[in-house]
Amino acid sequence: MRIRNSILRAGLRAGLAATALLLVAAPSIAQQPKVLRVTMHADVRTLDPFWTTQTIAGIHGMMVYDTLFSLDTDLNPQPQMVDSWTVSDDRKVYTFTLRDGLTFHDGSPVTSKDVVASMKRWGQRDGAGKQLFGYTESVAEKGDKSFVWTLKEPYGLVIDTLAKSGTSIPFIMREKEALVDPTQQVQEVVGSGPFVFKRDEWVPGSKTIYEKFKAYVPRKEPPSGHAGGKVVKVDRVEFVWLPDPQTAQAALVAGEIDYLENPQPDFLPMLESDPNIKLDVHPAMGTMGLVQLNHLHPPFNNVKARQAMLYIISNADYLNTIAADPKLQTLCYSYFGCGVAMETDAGSEPYKGAKDYKKAAALLKEGGYNGEPITILHATDHQYINPASLVLVQQMRKAGLNLDVQAMDWGTVVSRRAKKEAPAQGGWNIFITGTTVLSSSSPVTHVGISMACDKAWFGWPCDAKFEEMRKQWAFAPDVETRKKIAAELSKRAYEQVPYISFAQWRNPVAYRSDRISGVLSVPSVPPMWNIEKK
Amino acid sequence: MTAYIVRRLLATIPVMAIVALFVFFLLHLTPGDPAAVIAGDDASPADIEGIRRKLGLDRPIWEQFGVYVWNLLHGDLGTSIFSNMPVMTLVMQRLEPSVVLAIATLTVAVAFAIPLGVLAAWKADTAVDRVVMGFSVLGFAVPVFLVGYLLIYVFAIQLRWLPVQGYRPLANGVVDTLRSIALPAFALGMTYMALIARITRASMLEVLSEDYIRTARAKGVATPSVLLRHALKNAAIPIVTVIGIGFALLISGVVITETVFNIPGLGRLTVDAILKRDYPIIQGLIIIFAGVKVLVNLLIDISYTFFDPRIRQ
Repeated sequence: MRIRNSILRAGLRAGLAATALLLVAAPSIAQQPKVLRVTMHADVRTLDPFWTTQTIAGIHGMMVYDTLFSLDTDLNPQPQMVDSWTVSDDRKVYTFTLRDGLTFHDGSPVTSKDVVASMKRWGQRDGAGKQLFGYTESVAEKGDKSFVWTLKEPYGLVIDTLAKSGTSIPFIMREKEALVDPTQQVQEVVGSGPFVFKRDEWVPGSKTIYEKFKAYVPRKEPPSGHAGGKVVKVDRVEFVWLPDPQTAQAALVAGEIDYLENPQPDFLPMLESDPNIKLDVHPAMGTMGLVQLNHLHPPFNNVKARQAMLYIISNADYLNTIAADPKLQTLCYSYFGCGVAMETDAGSEPYKGAKDYKKAAALLKEGGYNGEPITILHATDHQYINPASLVLVQQMRKAGLNLDVQAMDWGTVVSRRAKKEAPAQGGWNIFITGTTVLSSSSPVTHVGISMACDKAWFGWPCDAKFEEMRKQWAFAPDVETRKKIAAELSKRAYEQVPYISFAQWRNPVAYRSDRISGVLSVPSVPPMWNIEKK
Repeated sequence: MTAYIVRRLLATIPVMAIVALFVFFLLHLTPGDPAAVIAGDDASPADIEGIRRKLGLDRPIWEQFGVYVWNLLHGDLGTSIFSNMPVMTLVMQRLEPSVVLAIATLTVAVAFAIPLGVLAAWKADTAVDRVVMGFSVLGFAVPVFLVGYLLIYVFAIQLRWLPVQGYRPLANGVVDTLRSIALPAFALGMTYMALIARITRASMLEVLSEDYIRTARAKGVATPSVLLRHALKNAAIPIVTVIGIGFALLISGVVITETVFNIPGLGRLTVDAILKRDYPIIQGLIIIFAGVKVLVNLLIDISYTFFDPRIRQ
């Protein structure tokens, strides 16, 4: 009896102690910060989103800085920092007013001075920004909360350009940072966006930490794409850089990260089979591969030789090599990408048809090609450029071309491609690269399609007629007119062949649906607001 | 002895100077342009040129070399072109994971390899020897990334005993650190285990055929005592050399292991810097690695005196 009582007493004491422990522990569990752990496609190495056009710098910028306008999930521009705006009857004067409650992370209010300085800095670096500033007479503040953008001509893409979400995104910095030369990196990262960058915890090449900006005032509209209310539902976001794709997918499966921006196509079937993991693809999400031709040197300084490449390159071969899953593939013959408003395959008949090496050989001969070696810069360390280069080499050899394939790392390709010398003197004839569908969806933001000779992208295509048509597109008053001009641009591009787009494939994001919800669907630069951690 | 150490330390100065000279010119003669990498894919040639000017990369190479040497003489390894952080800060961020991984790897390797090597030598030309040497060949032959993925699959994904990736700093608790380092240390330790086991066996076999070992056996000294007190101590010099060189190699980075297990060590810092042409980081790291190698060699030489008193004279 005594033993039983003592057991009961001991049990009671243990029960009370456990309850007390739970009660003590309960508040601390409740106060546990909610941490969202994500792995992006690259590591945050530079903090100035105007200094570099790398997409990862845009993702970092989207965390820390805010924008005047943003694209919603249907890629329509919506106001973000701007409360209201007016356009003059001649469409040359835009007057913007900022919304209330905008503050920087240091507590200072966002003023029109900050906005004007930021726009001028951005306008010196970004392709679309340069274009906009080319038609700009002045940008000036009007009081603390308003500013006036005056154009020389009624350029039709003011709001679209300010809302762009492909890099470089027009972020608003403090005037102090915005006055720094854009070819020099800013020293401080103080934005007015929904997250605060934690410099003291930043380990480049390993992790980048952000905390919720508690004073951020989101818009009232529901979130959509990058637009609407940026409501932050976690305390902290950790960008964990996992350079090995196999480890990254294992970390997602094991629940060590919540979100993986760019799982490799090879691992998608494994991720799809996990009931706790969801894959998400925005309709306009994807990459377009580009075979860039050098227009300065033979044989591709001759249009016939460039046209010959259309009869050699087969879209499907690249897709089957890079993204074998048919769900990820788009046989796309549009210079402006597929699944977007400007999609058009006008003039693509030579490319769409069956491959014809005889025709290619005839065109090359007509273009003056006599079997000289064609120098291809082959980046062997790049996830999709390496296999794409191998396919290209195979296709060109099948067509009987004499190739000088030079293997190197991507870092060497990016410096070598800037050389205008002849291939024998360290220049090049061909290199492969890629762009996002979003960036290529507009003839203005698509830097690779410019045929502005010396001012064009590497390869330096030159066609005054095409540039005139691009200008017309930018001044078109409505989407329907733009679509018509885009079709004309496409025809001209297939005649002149600035480059050859070899494929379009999708890169879904993967996340733990059992742990997080509220992931917003965007084509690129994924936002981390609105995500709730269970 | 002190004079010897001082002499050796003074000899490191010209070595470091030659390393500094070579690394600077080799890097600047290698194709690649950090400005082009920074500017990104959508940048125009004019943008790249602007960045190159701001970074001072357009200045004559001798002028750049002068600035580099001047900073080096003032103990300044420079600032990362990309992150704008001092190279020394970046190195210090990565030092702890690298040192902990190196120590853990060598601990795992030595703990298994020396007993196995001694065992193989003792049981030379028997089945035991063949099993140990077979394991050793396997340790060399199987790539570390494969071992790494297998360990991740079994212990992190299936059993959920250990984390897939990442390094937990010592400040967060030793247990957490050990858990995070266990799989990479074992994966990497396999290779070093194989190497040290083979060296131990070879060295032991040589010593075991010496007259004094035969004498010890004839005197009736117990086998463990013959093996460990008489043979192993005399066979230690090549083993210590391999361990020492292994430590220096591990500190200067084990890129594949660091990448597979996401350990933010010096190896990944080096490779990332090379791929991005972040010259100050590459230069700084190579100077540091050269210093570590010289120091480790010195320590190995000093350690010989403990194993072989003849060297002291």
